Amino acid sequence: MKLRSLTIKKATEGLKQKKFSSVELTKACLEKIKKLNPTLNAFISVCEEEALKDARKADKAMQNGNTSPLLGIPIALKDLFLTKGIRTTAGSKVLENYVPPFDATVVKKLKDAGAVIIGKTNCDAWAHGSSGENSDFGPTKNPWNTDYVPGGSSSGSAVAVASDMCTASTGTDTGGSIRLPASFCNVVGLKPTYGRVSRYGIVAMASSLDSIGHFTKTVEDAALLLSITAGNDSMDATTPQKQVPDYPKSLNRKPRELMLGIPKEYFLTGIDPEIKELTTKALSVLRVSNYHTQEISLPHTEYANACYYIIQPAEVSSNLARYDGIRYGFRRETFGDEAKRRIMLGTYTLSSGYYDAYYKKAMKVRTLITRDFDEAFKIVDAIIAPVSPTPAWKIGEKIDDPLKMYLSDIFTVTANLAGIPGLSIPIGFTKNGLPVGIQILGPQFAEETLFEIGKAFEEATQNETWRKRKP
Amino acid sequence: MEKKKTIAMRYTPVIGLEVHVELKTRSKMFCACSADYFGREPNTHTCPVCLGLPGALPVPNKKAIDWCILIGLALNCDIPLFSKFDRKNYFYPDLSKGYQISQYDEPFCKNGHVKISNGKRINIRRVHMEEDTGKLIHEAVDDQKVSLIDFNRSGVPLVEIVTEPDFESAEEVIEYLKTVQQIVRYLEVSNADMEKGNMRLEPNISLRKIKNSDLPKYKVEVKNINSFKFVEKTINFEIERQKKIFEGGKTPVQETRGWGEAKGETISQRSKEEAHDYRYFPEPDIPPIHWTESQVSHLKSQMIELPQTKFDRLRRVYGLSDYDAEILTKEKKTAIYFEEAVRLAKAIPTKTIANWIINKRIDIQNESVGRLIKQISMSHSSSIDESKLQSAIKDVIKDNEKAVNDYKNGKTSVIMFLIGNVMRKLKTKINPSIMKIALEKALRNSNG
Repeated sequence: MKLRSLTIKKATEGLKQKKFSSVELTKACLEKIKKLNPTLNAFISVCEEEALKDARKADKAMQNGNTSPLLGIPIALKDLFLTKGIRTTAGSKVLENYVPPFDATVVKKLKDAGAVIIGKTNCDAWAHGSSGENSDFGPTKNPWNTDYVPGGSSSGSAVAVASDMCTASTGTDTGGSIRLPASFCNVVGLKPTYGRVSRYGIVAMASSLDSIGHFTKTVEDAALLLSITAGNDSMDATTPQKQVPDYPKSLNRKPRELMLGIPKEYFLTGIDPEIKELTTKALSVLRVSNYHTQEISLPHTEYANACYYIIQPAEVSSNLARYDGIRYGFRRETFGDEAKRRIMLGTYTLSSGYYDAYYKKAMKVRTLITRDFDEAFKIVDAIIAPVSPTPAWKIGEKIDDPLKMYLSDIFTVTANLAGIPGLSIPIGFTKNGLPVGIQILGPQFAEETLFEIGKAFEEATQNETWRKRKP
Repeated sequence: MEKKKTIAMRYTPVIGLEVHVELKTRSKMFCACSADYFGREPNTHTCPVCLGLPGALPVPNKKAIDWCILIGLALNCDIPLFSKFDRKNYFYPDLSKGYQISQYDEPFCKNGHVKISNGKRINIRRVHMEEDTGKLIHEAVDDQKVSLIDFNRSGVPLVEIVTEPDFESAEEVIEYLKTVQQIVRYLEVSNADMEKGNMRLEPNISLRKIKNSDLPKYKVEVKNINSFKFVEKTINFEIERQKKIFEGGKTPVQETRGWGEAKGETISQRSKEEAHDYRYFPEPDIPPIHWTESQVSHLKSQMIELPQTKFDRLRRVYGLSDYDAEILTKEKKTAIYFEEAVRLAKAIPTKTIANWIINKRIDIQNESVGRLIKQISMSHSSSIDESKLQSAIKDVIKDNEKAVNDYKNGKTSVIMFLIGNVMRKLKTKINPSIMKIALEKALRNSNG
């Protein structure tokens, strides 16, 4: 049994039965990090000392009968999550030496649940990017083929879980930054409903789009983590007072018969034939399970990317204004090209005389896109779509062509604009050996449905040979 | 002289006003820090939110919003059922987030008005909520000139009240300002102390040709005014300055100027070309606010009696003069004190109570209403029978010619004898000192 390959569920069982200790589990992950991080560059900071200390504490607590749900489980945090006393860079040189004075709400919740914070993962600076190449700390590499990108912006978190450097990790998804790297790295990635998980203490990218989620090895683990991170936070006015369901428990319910929508617009433009083929195959697996499928239309999909690339940079330009060179040590020249590009785009579209033509119009389109989903969810319980039109691309391939890079978000930005949840699950590999995923989208706060479908797919495919593959 | 008159007739001042009122809520606008920053050790009332640290988020102060609405209601505003916060983006070192959370196109209150004594209605365009900035302190540290930032004030709730350009003179502006100051003090939502910066004024001033009903194509905004006296000076200075420009055949430029008290003039700070583009957009960290009719009517029901209503009522109910009613309602606590005294002292005429409070400058903080009543009763039991007293005095003067003459010839001690006689005549005990005053007055006026 390889400790580091265990899911949260299996690891927790093992720890409870004293088959191994949290220190052993943590050490196994640390060893893997030591071995692979020089190549994959998944971590910006590794918290070896703190992690081992926390693991020892967890072992002691375990002996004292503590049953916290994540007790002793090594978890990595995207370096956008503020950690008290541990530097948090957002992947940017601007915050190279920034040590926050407080923990993000999610970090606090994870720690309270007993998690061992093993390190801070690499990401595109300020979460700006789809490939993981925009990090000021060097690009993260895809563990399945290091010539390829792992997807971004939560690149390090996806890679860390995929290559067993931790049991689970956190990420942020503003336009696909969890779902895309999850699909490129063969892990489960959850983007919850906007507002389901507190954004307090997470470096903001585009505040009306940022969703706080995570990477896990199974859907069940994703459900477990959400039951810990979700909920109203008095420090985040956008988190509603909505009860958090017992997600893992609801997975044990009797499977329901569900209607799945297949949006035709997601299969039209330039979709890679292998992606199409794998997605079709996945759909047929789901049909064998308890599900029916039906073609639906989300007519405003073609405007989503344009809409997203107006609203998002507008908010970015404002959110990055506080790094004014006075208080964080570095001048604004320190921003990388992509951040500068977005600051300029956003400043332009918000300028007087342009606001109506760009920002205001984009907000109207956003309403139409949201309405598309509202209409669709009147007839289907969930929507199944590819995460990306292509599998992972080669490092450097799109880095000089921002527009091409932006187009890789074409299928993911819609969920952020509508504020709905999306679960990215692995469905197989291309002939080249690159992972492919699909996303399951649902109405706001319908995460339970996404987990149910995701788990059904996992179970239906558990014996397939691709499931046994390791990077 | 002749020339001046014609100029005065040719132009009408067009003045609008922005007033910032700092609320005295316990906590700041978007975080739990204490809003009581005045005179505190720099950067002691701060947290990640008001410091604008990465990852921090604003959560609006409900009390502050309620108070903003109360101000709006007191200024006769409409309260739209939909409202939202916006970001006003600009760079300044005292602005921790690089933007100020304010309200742009959907303020909490719209379309209000205030009536001033000449009968004119000053229209209020909007009343909105925003946050204050930090403060720059320029000083020398180790002989080096440095600029320091104190964030204690950062995030303190501010209400901005914007009028239409309805004022035509400094007097109108001052009267309006005093009214606004009185209202927010009545509501107990702000100390509105100009010196402490609880109340800040920004007039915009331009001139319009008398026959032209259109608004001028320019306006001059003046900042840095921290007293009613300076606002008067500023407006009058600007009117003259702009008149002179028109006389010279030119039009004043649109700009922002600052009041310089040292020279007694306004100084150009920023021209139109340098004006900020604030790039307003909806604040994504705070969901829009939807009021229900019942929430708004609940706030309306909390509205207290405002100065004007109180003034009218005091005049009507107690038969007070305008002068007395105005003084007694200038501050809410004085009016409350007065009415409490009236309630407790049924036998004393309200006019007497009003006079005591006004003329004796009663320290209402330290003088209990009960003690005041006792004092008035003691000294003024005579005044209850003012006419009886006067006639008794008259009789005593008539009956004691010798004593009166002695008194007039300088033997003033004889007055005690006369007082005793008056007392016997009245058969009541009266404060001798009051009696003495009344008697001396009568003696002075008596012939012979």
